[in-house]
Amino acid sequence: MTAALATRGLGKRYGRRWALSGCTLEVPAGHVAGLVGPNGAGKTTLLQLAVGLIEPSAGSIAVLGEEVAATPAQLARVGFVAQDTPLYPSLSVADHLRLGAALNPSWDQALAEARIARLGLDRAQRAGTLSGGQCAQLALTLAIAKRPELLVLDEPVASLDPLARREFLQALMEFTAEHTVSVLLSSHLVADLERVCDYLILLAEGHVQLSGEVDELLASHRRLSGPRRDISRLPSSQQVIEETHTDRQSTLLIRTEEPIIDPAWMVEEVSLEDIVLAHMGRDWTHEPDAVPRVGR
Amino acid sequence: MIEFHLDSRSGVSPYLQIVHQVRHALRLGLLREGDQLPTVKDVVARLAINPNTVLKAYRELEHTGLVAARPGVGTFVTGSSLADPALAAHGPLRRELRGWIVKARRAGLDEESIEALFRDAVRSARIEGVA
Repeated sequence: MTAALATRGLGKRYGRRWALSGCTLEVPAGHVAGLVGPNGAGKTTLLQLAVGLIEPSAGSIAVLGEEVAATPAQLARVGFVAQDTPLYPSLSVADHLRLGAALNPSWDQALAEARIARLGLDRAQRAGTLSGGQCAQLALTLAIAKRPELLVLDEPVASLDPLARREFLQALMEFTAEHTVSVLLSSHLVADLERVCDYLILLAEGHVQLSGEVDELLASHRRLSGPRRDISRLPSSQQVIEETHTDRQSTLLIRTEEPIIDPAWMVEEVSLEDIVLAHMGRDWTHEPDAVPRVGR
Repeated sequence: MIEFHLDSRSGVSPYLQIVHQVRHALRLGLLREGDQLPTVKDVVARLAINPNTVLKAYRELEHTGLVAARPGVGTFVTGSSLADPALAAHGPLRRELRGWIVKARRAGLDEESIEALFRDAVRSARIEGVA
């Protein structure tokens, strides 16, 4: 199966600063992939590269097996909802649908109409007077009525209140259940994405720190606590992501594919949020395979 | 038709919560042979979760024979019973455990210590099983 997104050594430089560097990824098609990381990590840069709004300074990127934005046909395969779901404030809801129909060869008018009706939006209302939640839902409608094979959303729920956030994610998940589509969405909060994603990419300081299927990440990370231990004497199959020690006790967050058989450890499962925070807090300069830090 | 709900604080993964809720509904008779489970689309539209989470739960239920998928129609409860054959053994085991708890109390252990001891014994038995 063709990857929804494949990058190799991808980098983007603004002046002397690298917003993204050495990014190598392969997100299989058919997933809802979450792109998480703190503000300024390079999430927007990666998404804008994926939809062809900006061009790479280094490396390569392919979307749905093709060069990004190379042809109108490739552009038609990708839907994009930019940060803060921009609309045309002076145009009405109906105008937006007309615009969508005129600009997109694969436009699904029935799908768009059905969603507008279900949302209870007034077709004559100007977008500038819609609530934040309604704006987000209208922007999502435009993006999915295009019937994309890959839907890219940049921080779609960040500015929404909890109810609107939930309604937005419900609509998005309903769409993915009904149609064969890959989704790539970003958030600076893991909690927003925990239930909707089955694939996770963690970006920090312009680098990919972690990526993989959520189930595999959850299965391979464990928290160990027990009597104080020298971590250099752990089995080589156990990679320590995070460690804290008191004079008597050691608490580790490790990544391993093997069962933990040492009876001295109390073993606990960890949440996706714990995993993300542990990887974010990691000091990468001591890693033998650390990505070189560029432009600092 | 039943409706699923998720407890985000339970620490149990969403897919397992769905499996448990179906099993629970079967035990209580809320679901009977021939009943349809909510469609994947309905579940994700309600809970805002990934469709694969629901599919995984339904696959596991199918694997244990409790439900069967009819392609293009939906997922239905089969006739297989959830009466646990091991359930009959619960009574005697419970009585033995009670006796043990009484002994532990007499030895001066409080509830927390009893629970810690029990958990630890379960854990070490599991580790012996693995090693």
